[in-house]
Amino acid sequence: MTTGVALPAPSELELSRRAWRRSRSRRSTLVALLSTLLFAVVAYLVVTSAPGWPRVRTTFFSPSVAWRSLPTILSGLWLNLQVLLVGGVLVLVLGLLVAMVRTLRGPAFAPLRIVATAYVDLFRGIPLIIVLYLVGFGFPALGLQGVPTSPFILGTAAIVLTYSAYVAEVFRAGIESVHPSQRAAARSLGLTHRQSMRIVVLPQALRTVTPALLNDFVALQKDVGLISVLGAIDAVRSAQILVGQSFNFTPYVVAGLLFVLLAVPSARLADAVSARARRRQQSGNLL
Amino acid sequence: MNAPVLDVRGVVKAFGDNVVLRGVDLAVGEHEVVALIGGSGSGKSTLLRCASLLETVDDGQVLLDGEDITDTRIDADRVRRRMGVVFQAYNLFPHLSVLDNVTLAPTVVHGRTTTEARAEAHELLARIGLAEKAAEFPDRLSGGQQQRVAIVRALAVHPRVLLLDEITSALDPELVGEVLAVVREVASQGMTIVMATHEMGFARQVADTVAFLDGGVVLESGPPQQVLGDPVEPRTRQFLARVIDAGRL
Repeated sequence: MTTGVALPAPSELELSRRAWRRSRSRRSTLVALLSTLLFAVVAYLVVTSAPGWPRVRTTFFSPSVAWRSLPTILSGLWLNLQVLLVGGVLVLVLGLLVAMVRTLRGPAFAPLRIVATAYVDLFRGIPLIIVLYLVGFGFPALGLQGVPTSPFILGTAAIVLTYSAYVAEVFRAGIESVHPSQRAAARSLGLTHRQSMRIVVLPQALRTVTPALLNDFVALQKDVGLISVLGAIDAVRSAQILVGQSFNFTPYVVAGLLFVLLAVPSARLADAVSARARRRQQSGNLL
Repeated sequence: MNAPVLDVRGVVKAFGDNVVLRGVDLAVGEHEVVALIGGSGSGKSTLLRCASLLETVDDGQVLLDGEDITDTRIDADRVRRRMGVVFQAYNLFPHLSVLDNVTLAPTVVHGRTTTEARAEAHELLARIGLAEKAAEFPDRLSGGQQQRVAIVRALAVHPRVLLLDEITSALDPELVGEVLAVVREVASQGMTIVMATHEMGFARQVADTVAFLDGGVVLESGPPQQVLGDPVEPRTRQFLARVIDAGRL
């Protein structure tokens, strides 16, 4: 608490403690810096002295191929971004819905709960790539009127199905982390189950799970590249086509780097959010 | 006495094999303050939780203004609107400001306008000396302040009866007084109150009736002078002797 009253000047003892902490932190920084540098140099020397390095450099790290492939891959990445945004929103909605069904109490909701549990078990267990094949090739094969055949839509649907199962569990953990006494307080005020959920439980649950959700978002960012297996011309597929034309693998590296660039801001955001949550919950700074 | 506001008739409640209430009878008249006393695990909290429909009873009835609220066909949410509950651990909503904690039920449940609800909340907060804390979040308040806000939150819905569940048990001794002062004021304004408490001195001063719970029943009840001063039942005497030994009377 700030009181506006200036603290007395620190004692000799406190000054020596501060000096010691400063010197310790300087030393740690130096050690970390040096060891990182050393590792980088060793890694560089090992890789570049390898017998196949000149060959690898031209086929994987060719600047000219990279530059030429960039526009095509970027336009493919735009498709990934669209899948990411549409899918991200749908995953949040579906995940929350499934989580809320799973936390419903009372025997009347048992069938709904069972369906939700089965859904989560199924789609958390099955590899995403298999879901992609089943949805992407199975649905159109039905030949039903009105079933979309675009790999964009089908790919997004498959990703949403898989990720919603994960995200539902994250939400559920959050909902169950809110102490039952909060629900008791809300209900005793006369709020209905839904009102308590919306106004009291969910806002607190969301705060708890935001870091975990952002982590899943980072995972989703790279997994949108998997829609390429359905033939959608996304960043990965564009790179694959370019590789096929030139027999040079640099486009894969370019696509990979672009995905990394995409993920870095979300990863930093996730870190910042978790750090903030931690600061809010712990007042001490020792551990 | 007029018809009781809250009438508990033969209430039974068990958790698994543990039978906590074995047929509790308790009638609470309008403007009456009833103190529930009894050892830990005697069922004081359970009785209050049954009365506020946070637990379902295993037998017996609870009547609020003559209406059987343990009837399975009753809308529990509508019943709870007519009661105020204050918990041992305050249970304020940590993500809402003090003001929003107080105005939540009046606006969302009782359909009052935000302006109206806020005006009343400010007035209530001023009465308990926390007017300047309206915009703060509960974490920033001391335990005593939080519990006072919790009382105001329960009062803001104009309940027919206020149920207080050991509301000073989680507080430092020096903070107990400020919370009890609020209860005393609320009682003096004619609120019907049922409180589970360990504060025998306070029960003696404020309660009209003291009910001693033991073995899952109300073993003895009557005016505080009688129950606390000259109890009939040996079990009540034993309990009070232990409390006196612990320095709580």
